[in-house]
Amino acid sequence: MAISREDMLRDMRQPSLLQRLTGADWIWLAIVLAATATTCVVLWDAMNTYEVVITAATGVTMIGLGWHWQAAKLYMGIVCGLSLIAISRYPELGAAQTDFFLKYLLSSQSAIMWMSALFPAATLVYGAALFTGNSFTGRVASSLTWMGAGAGLIGLLVRWHETHLYAGDIGYIPVSNLYEVFVLFAVITALIYLYYEAAQRTRSMGFFVLLVISASVGFLLWYHFDRQAYQIEPLVPALNSYWMKIHVPTNFIGYGCFAIAAMLGVAYLIRARVADDSPWATRLPTLKQIDEVSYRTIALGFAFFTVATILGALWAAEAWGAYWSWDPKESWALIVWLNYAGWLHLRYTKGLRGKPMAWWAIIGLFVTTFAFLGVNMFLSGLHSYGEL
Amino acid sequence: MAQTAASFSASQTPSRGQNRKGLGAIWLEFLGSMNLAISLLVVVSIASVIGTVLPQNQAYTEYLIQFGPFWFDVFRVLNLYDVYSAWWFLAIMGFLVLSTGVCVSRHMPAVWREITRYRTHVREQSLRALSQHRHWDAAEPPERVCEVAQAAFEGHGFRMRTETRGETMIVAGMKGRATRLGYLFTHFAVVIIAIGALADGNINLKIQEQLGNLAIETRDLPVSQVPAESWLAEGSGSFRGNVTIPEGSNSGVTFLQVRDGYLVQRLPFEIFVEDFRIKHYPNGMPKSYESDLVLHDPALEAPIRETISVNHPLTHRGHTIYQASFTDGGTQLSMTGHVLDGSGQSLPIQARVFEDLRLQLGGTERTLEVDDFQLFNVNRDPRAVERTGARDEFVNAGPSFNYTLRDQAGQGRQFHTYMAPIEIEDRWYFLHGTRSDNANPFQYLHIPADDNASMATFMRFYQALYDQTRVNQAASRAADRLLTQMGVADSELAARVAGTADEMIATLLDGGFAAVNLQLESRVATAARPEMLLEFSRAVLQRTMFEIYLEILADQESVTVATLQPDANQRAFFEDALNAVSAVAEYGAPVLLELDHFEHRQATGLQITYAPGKNVVYAGSALLVAGVFLLFYVSQRRVWAMITPKADGGTSLLVGGTNQRRPELFAAEFDALTDALDRHIDQDHRG
Repeated sequence: MAISREDMLRDMRQPSLLQRLTGADWIWLAIVLAATATTCVVLWDAMNTYEVVITAATGVTMIGLGWHWQAAKLYMGIVCGLSLIAISRYPELGAAQTDFFLKYLLSSQSAIMWMSALFPAATLVYGAALFTGNSFTGRVASSLTWMGAGAGLIGLLVRWHETHLYAGDIGYIPVSNLYEVFVLFAVITALIYLYYEAAQRTRSMGFFVLLVISASVGFLLWYHFDRQAYQIEPLVPALNSYWMKIHVPTNFIGYGCFAIAAMLGVAYLIRARVADDSPWATRLPTLKQIDEVSYRTIALGFAFFTVATILGALWAAEAWGAYWSWDPKESWALIVWLNYAGWLHLRYTKGLRGKPMAWWAIIGLFVTTFAFLGVNMFLSGLHSYGEL
Repeated sequence: MAQTAASFSASQTPSRGQNRKGLGAIWLEFLGSMNLAISLLVVVSIASVIGTVLPQNQAYTEYLIQFGPFWFDVFRVLNLYDVYSAWWFLAIMGFLVLSTGVCVSRHMPAVWREITRYRTHVREQSLRALSQHRHWDAAEPPERVCEVAQAAFEGHGFRMRTETRGETMIVAGMKGRATRLGYLFTHFAVVIIAIGALADGNINLKIQEQLGNLAIETRDLPVSQVPAESWLAEGSGSFRGNVTIPEGSNSGVTFLQVRDGYLVQRLPFEIFVEDFRIKHYPNGMPKSYESDLVLHDPALEAPIRETISVNHPLTHRGHTIYQASFTDGGTQLSMTGHVLDGSGQSLPIQARVFEDLRLQLGGTERTLEVDDFQLFNVNRDPRAVERTGARDEFVNAGPSFNYTLRDQAGQGRQFHTYMAPIEIEDRWYFLHGTRSDNANPFQYLHIPADDNASMATFMRFYQALYDQTRVNQAASRAADRLLTQMGVADSELAARVAGTADEMIATLLDGGFAAVNLQLESRVATAARPEMLLEFSRAVLQRTMFEIYLEILADQESVTVATLQPDANQRAFFEDALNAVSAVAEYGAPVLLELDHFEHRQATGLQITYAPGKNVVYAGSALLVAGVFLLFYVSQRRVWAMITPKADGGTSLLVGGTNQRRPELFAAEFDALTDALDRHIDQDHRG
């Protein structure tokens, strides 16, 4: 009857991280390690030390992300696989017009166009799912969002390859201008949303979040057709740094999170007006769900925005001569940071919830949008890379 | 901030002595209060917005023009032209830091208790009040139940402490206490970053200026003449200065821009610039800016040689040298000035970029100001698209230079001249741009290049048009020829026609074809058949000029005009030359400058900074990141097991737990814990 303390402990001990890993997790680890090693070997001469470290850190992040989020494994696997196929069919730029797969699917322009079609489609289907309350429709919407995010990321990865096909050593990671970061924004926002969709087990927030993604796709299309912004231009010397590889994506995790939180603020205000016995009460997300995801996205966004701003300061110290020079972009980054710091403080210390916080999150998006776009459009400064 | 930690601790001691607070305590309370902090944050945000909307640190005259004298003064007093170093802005920042510091230090003891104490003094009713709690009536003796509870807590990763209170045993466990460190880290980090930033700010300069030890210099003086009170010695604290050094020169100072003037900062070393380079992409966009520097530091045995570029600065003794800008360093230009008065006079001109020169041009005088020099002019090849469809083919149009010519009245006109001829639709031209001011685009005069890729043929032709006898002879030849062609042999008519040609050329040189047409139209208005006369006159003018052109060609090829057979190329040249002659009339300068030779000399613009607080700021930033992630992604969880022996030899076990930050995540965790207990407790019946 009496089991020894050791046996008891063995029975009760929660499995450690390694013990919790499944076979798929181990296979994922092996694939990513092999891919990272291959990347380093193949591109060794093209990379400096920082870039090798960034590549390795990317591998580690992918492993962790895949372990933590099962669906991400499939997503990253497919995106990388298709991007590799595209690159292998792409010995020179002309191939984008002659190769069938590249021309209609996988060249960066095609992939980004697919993304620009899939996200609005996903928005409509999420809307239909919300109206009908049909769960299959919701699943279709999720799949479309996954595919849109996949197409966008493939577009960026293939574009990275394309920049290196131009003469004169102009290759760069395609997060350097407004066109490219809008694709990045759409992809990152969609992925963060999909994570919380899975975590909350509800697709009812999708319509709201996809609205902001579709808006950015709309801008992207205008920018593409009206301004021919898709053209690849070499980097200005100030951007030619490994810092861009980490500063920009980190920043866009922040922007993406803040955008989701704002759209959930809208959802909250709508849901708060719906009577509990109305059919909408079951179709819309619950206030608790919205509140939870709002908090988590703002926390995630704030954490990454903090990191991104610090990375920006480190970069500025190398490129502009000072880690902080009250450049308009820097000042607005501080304003955004203070804004969400205020939001988090009031939630933590005063326990503020509900409509005021929803409104605050919505206003926060305007502040963020100004920091992201307005500064480039209306104020001149050192950070005027993404001008319209 | 104020209630952060307070709200965490469930077992708050009632605040003592509410009404015995001293003034100091009230002040501390105020300083550490959330409301103050939020209000200050709002003010800082608004000030930051002002600083971005209102361009900072411009010349005062520009603000004066923009706002008018009244608002200019108001804004100046409020320091809005340099918001971020305004005393009130710094004061608010200081207040914020103080507030944060007070807040964190006030809550420090409470947070420390949360981290270190296990709260073994918990009461049964408070455990029962927790939303996550369960009760067992175990058959085992208390010691065994306690052992099971300890094992369960340990197995689930809780640190614990066991205390016996009378007959009751209490096992108190916690994990995730690092989140409390997150609170400390983030708030301390803000204070640390602010202290570092303050050390790198210009407070010291402000104080020195207030004390009268420093005076901002606003005049444009050579360094040696800047008065001593505008100098800063080595080691006077942080600075951020700029200096422009031409290739082959050195500097031991840098200039700090302060409001509408500057200060001179002495450096502990001399910077010698060997070379400055711009590398280009194929489309002519700059790829990199690089300076080869040699640092002479008396403390070093050998100088440091290093190439810096954008994103790759050089740091020496805490001073960091950045590639910030570039400009011309006084490129030496050897030019020929072709005076456009028909004298054929051409004068050699030697000038440096940024240099002014007086030019005596025949009867007039002009001041030549050389404004700039460009080594490359790369443009997209317009023909590449039609040739290959490619968009990425580019042509380099070669060097060009900008200058201003000013007359005695000081009226200036700007020019942009290319050194080499440029191919336009299969013909080659020397481009001479001209405009009255910055507001207008350059209008280019296209001077056709001859077979030697020079302007000589055109200049000779142009000069010949001023030669009366030559024009007269050519005109009579042209008239003869035309009249003969028409079958009208009339020497008197021919002489009359030739006379008008002479006049037309004079008008052409003076006002271009437009003026000639005007003159002709007014003259033929009264004639019988104006159209015919007009056409005839134009033919005479053209033929006359062609005759002159033929003479020049014959002269160049040492043949007689009679044997000369001008080819298509030469005829095209003539067409271009006619247009150019007409355009010269509108060129707006008495001289045409031709660049023969240059010695390129650039100057690199270096930014030199000394920021001793940098590492403090970086350390604070690292702490901030660590703190933020601890705060958001670790949550403190506490569990308690209260084990009380029962009269029947069995045991009452009450287990409760809480996760204050993320209660919604805790239910599953608590269930796993109770499941584990279930497996090892032989319960009589559930409670």
